[in-house]
Amino acid sequence: MKSTINQAPGGKASSAPLMGSAAEPTLFELSVPGRSAYQLRTTGVPEMPLESLIPASLLRESDVDIAEVSERDLVAHFTRLSHRQFSVDLGFYPLGSCTMKYNPKFCDEVANMVGLVDVHPATPASLSQGWIELLVELEADLCEITGMAAVTLQPAAGAAGELTGLLLMSAYHRARGDRRKRILIPDSAHGTNPASVTLGGYEVTTIPSDERGLVDVAAVKAALDTDVAGIMLTNPNTVGLFEEEIAEIAAAVHDVGGLLYYDGANLNAILGVVRPGDMGFDIMHMNVHKTFATPHGGGGPGAGPVAVSQRLVEYLPGPKPVRLEDGNYGYETPPHSIGRMHSWHGNAMVLARTLAYIKVHGGDGLRRVAERAVLNANWLRKRIEGDYPPAYDRVCMHEVVVSAGAIKRETGAKALDIAKALLEEGFHAPTVYFPLIVDEALMFEPTETESLQTLEALAQSLEKIAAKAISDPGSLALAPQSTPVRRVDEARAARQLIPTFDAR
Amino acid sequence: MADYMPHTPDEISEMLGFLGMTSVDELFVAIPAALQLGRALNLPDGHSEPDVRADFQAYARRNSGASSTLLCFAGAGSYDHEIPPVVKALGSRSEFVTAYTPYQPEVAQGVLQAVFEFQTMVARLAGLPISNASLYDGAASLVEAVNLTAASSGNPVVWISSGVQPHWRQVLATFAEGTGHDIRDVPLRNGQADFSSMTGTPGVIVVANPTYLGTLDDVEGAKALALQHGAKLVVAADPITASLLKSPGSQGADVVIGEGQALGTPLSFGGPYLGLFACADAELRRLPGRLVGETLDVDGTRAYVTTLRAREQDIRREKATSNVCSNQTLMAVWAAIQLGWLGTKGIREVALRSIQGTRYLRDELIKIDGVEALTGDAPVTRDAAVVLPISASLAIERLAEEGFLAGISVSALTGGGDRSIDASVVENTLLVAATEKRTRVEIDALVAATEKIVR
Repeated sequence: MKSTINQAPGGKASSAPLMGSAAEPTLFELSVPGRSAYQLRTTGVPEMPLESLIPASLLRESDVDIAEVSERDLVAHFTRLSHRQFSVDLGFYPLGSCTMKYNPKFCDEVANMVGLVDVHPATPASLSQGWIELLVELEADLCEITGMAAVTLQPAAGAAGELTGLLLMSAYHRARGDRRKRILIPDSAHGTNPASVTLGGYEVTTIPSDERGLVDVAAVKAALDTDVAGIMLTNPNTVGLFEEEIAEIAAAVHDVGGLLYYDGANLNAILGVVRPGDMGFDIMHMNVHKTFATPHGGGGPGAGPVAVSQRLVEYLPGPKPVRLEDGNYGYETPPHSIGRMHSWHGNAMVLARTLAYIKVHGGDGLRRVAERAVLNANWLRKRIEGDYPPAYDRVCMHEVVVSAGAIKRETGAKALDIAKALLEEGFHAPTVYFPLIVDEALMFEPTETESLQTLEALAQSLEKIAAKAISDPGSLALAPQSTPVRRVDEARAARQLIPTFDAR
Repeated sequence: MADYMPHTPDEISEMLGFLGMTSVDELFVAIPAALQLGRALNLPDGHSEPDVRADFQAYARRNSGASSTLLCFAGAGSYDHEIPPVVKALGSRSEFVTAYTPYQPEVAQGVLQAVFEFQTMVARLAGLPISNASLYDGAASLVEAVNLTAASSGNPVVWISSGVQPHWRQVLATFAEGTGHDIRDVPLRNGQADFSSMTGTPGVIVVANPTYLGTLDDVEGAKALALQHGAKLVVAADPITASLLKSPGSQGADVVIGEGQALGTPLSFGGPYLGLFACADAELRRLPGRLVGETLDVDGTRAYVTTLRAREQDIRREKATSNVCSNQTLMAVWAAIQLGWLGTKGIREVALRSIQGTRYLRDELIKIDGVEALTGDAPVTRDAAVVLPISASLAIERLAEEGFLAGISVSALTGGGDRSIDASVVENTLLVAATEKRTRVEIDALVAATEKIVR
């Protein structure tokens, strides 16, 4: 459907031309023996010879070659690398399932405050009251947002959260003398789900989706017995749809003594609207780098807090930050804790950004986040449906999965070609070929921080690409043309593996 | 009502009209009304950035930090090293900070090449041919190393030196509930893993070089034992001291892991840090996490891409040997920048000065009446343990009043002690570390203050 939006300037990265197209040598090639950049403090500590400190038999015979560059060369090298990199700050990143929203600079600033960033993790509680208070406050906020009873902040990322959840399930059942073996997972699930299940010591039973893109409730019921430890669901699911029968599923799983795990990857869509705890879930993780806008960092760091219902509180990892009866803050380990999940207290700096984001938005702002994320996704769905029919033609949540199957059949242009052509247009590509159940899937998640004009610009580029698929189908296979590099030979990378400079 | 969303009221109306809707509530029509919250979240309303900044300043004031109020002599995997302005400036470039995982290599060469350089540096320090793009932290690397090597040897029995960082071992024990690995702690004698009391056949042997107490396990001895049992050898190493010590790879390690925080990541109250993971060629197909490789683009230009993706969870799903999805790319980029700044000579200098400082501190402390070295004459590296005549926790509290974070209570770190420490002294054992940032004046002041409080 056409819109009446006049696309204002901006909204898209002028892509490739902005980014460096000249190849950058590695730091090792820039190295010149004898150059250096480092400067260390004058300490006056007695300079005992190394051999008097450590037996010579344990020492290296020659230096480890790192690189020898000047500070100026170092700065130029990494600045030029940064020019060869797309980012949220540069342009629109409609990458489905990844919630690439704008990362407020403020959250970075407050986390990096002296008094937070420079605190050693083994600092006794009495000397780190502010940090513990911050973590306790975040736990309380996350409980309210999720409708759960308690939270652990230790898991370092979503996948670690999933494993934490499965270990909690296992501990819960074990305490009842119950050794259950199976976990139900829909076929549309994120790959981390089944991988975590295996590492948690369970077996996966895959549940098919129905023609609506939802979990087949009859199939769930048929698979349930007392050997099922629980079910892992994403809701809204990975095709961007709300599992409407969740209450019925929850009741059925609970009836056989199983637990419900909520993959919080798509929490952004429902903030302040509906809570996993109220849907009947017992355990969930949150991907704070998605929902709460902590920067992705090119693939991490994340943080994956896990929230649980009352019946699982006693098993949470420890030590856990708590407010003590005297009003001070300290740590306690829950009575039947599964143990420690992180070297220290979790990814504290990421968690501090999370709290800052929550405080700026407040309860009212978080609801607006969900509303506008869903509004943007639906506007985009409707806007592009002519060329890119949605895989499931219904009101979607925060993301929309469309199929390029028809385009492929008519023109030969694949979902991948469309994604690569978008790079040439100055946008990041959507997620492609996921979820696995949709033919030539393109998954768009615009997030709430993109403007109507930016969405229109994306839609126009998608139209242009669809037209090109018909008029000049071969050209899409050659896209992108003006990015820092063009399509890369992934097969060669795997076949002739060069994982380090020394393997060249 | 501050937020980061661009929608004007008119635009919202227009967008809803485009969808044939009159209210945003209609967007949520698929969610059964009975499940909907139906009220506002019980959180304070949003506050402006300056208001929230004041809240955070209040938190910060209630902490004692290494660059504000306390001189840091604590270590155990987290070290107060110099992080120069150049690392902070480059590392906070938003192209690195706000990028996603480099799934579209055409527009992600910056992160990919930086990680390729990181992998090269880690592999060189480890003395092994392969390094991944990082894992969450030292503990996560230990867990993944044990998963890999137990699968590789086909034997789930793990002998692990009690010199491996105690929290990492606790995390490993937590994960073993799921993996079923049989984790057996090897006691220390004079700061070194002593295998003489171990019975049975291990599939994995883990030693530390250095241990969390700063001492050195016998890596070559552990390798001989591993060969004898058909076991794989994992070495937990520190990336800074690795520039001076024989590389674990050259001593026969199959996997080398470590905590990379010392490479440009601030103390950060413990995270996010940087899990290091290097392995031998033979273990490549089980490598956890992401791997960047060099290749060519269609024009024949050098290019980088994440490779051997078939190992990863999103493709192998329940058959994957690791569920790791994200890693610590940003910290890996910081590490590459920090290592570039230090260079070949600088990293050795930092290692040597850290060992010199720690040794000087330890030697001065044990001159105090009633203070002894925990590990006797064994060489110490960047950490050292001393036994005080009073409780270490009490000493830390009292020395904080003098402006020092004097170290870490080994009792607190180990959860009341483990097989690595004599139960009669564990309460009084203080773990100290002096990096290249600590001056002789600062160290002498800590020693003088310690002498006063233990008297």
